[in-house]
Amino acid sequence: MKIIGLIITIITGAFLVYAAVDFPAWADPNSPASTYLSPYFIENSMKDTSVPNFVTSLLADYRGFDTMFETTVIFTAGLVCFILLRISGGKEPETRHYRHVLTGVTVTLKEGRKIPASEDFERIDDLWTPPDLIIKTGCRLMIPFIQLFALYVIAHGHSSPGGGFQGGVILGASIILLAISHDLRTALERMREKVVAILCPVGVAIYAGTGTLCLLLGLNFLDYSALASVLHVDPISARSHGILMVEIGVGIAVMTTMIWIYNNISSAGKYNQGL
Amino acid sequence: MSELIPTIIAKYNYWIYITLMMIGLYAMIAKNNLVKKIVGMNIFQTAIILFYVSIGVKKGATIPISTGGHGAAHEVVHAADYLNPLPHVLMLTAIVVGVATLGVALALALRIYSRYNTLEEDEILAQIRKK
Repeated sequence: MKIIGLIITIITGAFLVYAAVDFPAWADPNSPASTYLSPYFIENSMKDTSVPNFVTSLLADYRGFDTMFETTVIFTAGLVCFILLRISGGKEPETRHYRHVLTGVTVTLKEGRKIPASEDFERIDDLWTPPDLIIKTGCRLMIPFIQLFALYVIAHGHSSPGGGFQGGVILGASIILLAISHDLRTALERMREKVVAILCPVGVAIYAGTGTLCLLLGLNFLDYSALASVLHVDPISARSHGILMVEIGVGIAVMTTMIWIYNNISSAGKYNQGL
Repeated sequence: MSELIPTIIAKYNYWIYITLMMIGLYAMIAKNNLVKKIVGMNIFQTAIILFYVSIGVKKGATIPISTGGHGAAHEVVHAADYLNPLPHVLMLTAIVVGVATLGVALALALRIYSRYNTLEEDEILAQIRKK
């Protein structure tokens, strides 16, 4: 198998090298990729949408359909992880571990036994390790600033590098950092499974809803200039505001998908890490 | 020979992407462990992202954000001054979708592990044949 793989790899590589000989040189301003469609986007983006960041206007306006279905793909991926691991996986373990908070003694109980209801015991799982105070405190100090930066990246995507995808990933990373530095239970207390599962389709629905609103106001799907009559601005500014609405929807969908996938994979669908 | 070396240097981005892509392809075909195959898939994806982003580069151009800012709607923008934004847009979504597909692949690997107690491809196939 290794030799067949090597032969296939070398043949494919040889074909690619043969094809690359005809490609334009690196950083050539007259390469085909930069001469047909992209000059239109660069020259008209400011006139059409009043968004200085061409990538944002291209992402959410000119290629709005593409981005909407990319968001749907991400939502579907989160849903698949949930169905694969959480619905058909997660079984309750037969033995349960409880830790006495004051003394640190761990008690193991077999199936059916119950511990007397008391504040002194917390439930833990096999993988439980004592949380490190330095890591916990350091992450607790960092997380608010990470989230603030994420909101800045989403809101300022019009005039600096950023947007819904990047900001959403940073927001998701802040919650994942909480789950890594403390345990999954702490992160789930802040961001419940139900909240994640509801917010993910809500993000996609904000995107599709903005498009449908444009349709209801009498223009094409995702033609944000229709929002001018609702927002009381001129049609060009309305496109800029429409892009922001869409980016917020993308940000929510991406954030919750990242958290959803992490929660399901890190605990193999049992949601028990640190239980 | 005197023409060959400038050609190789002028197109070095393509050689890097081809090398990376073939590393990923080889890992996907030849490696026995499913997680190593997934890592190979991700290297393959990264090679494509590198290819697209390197296509968008133009000599003497800056990042695709208007230097005039918000108030400069009347200014004439020259396409030669800015990088090609189209590959950036395509790869922006591809990176996030890549992470999402990586999650699905890992979830599938986890399910396979919980059923067969191994991630080695030949051991899984032997267990399937036995049944």
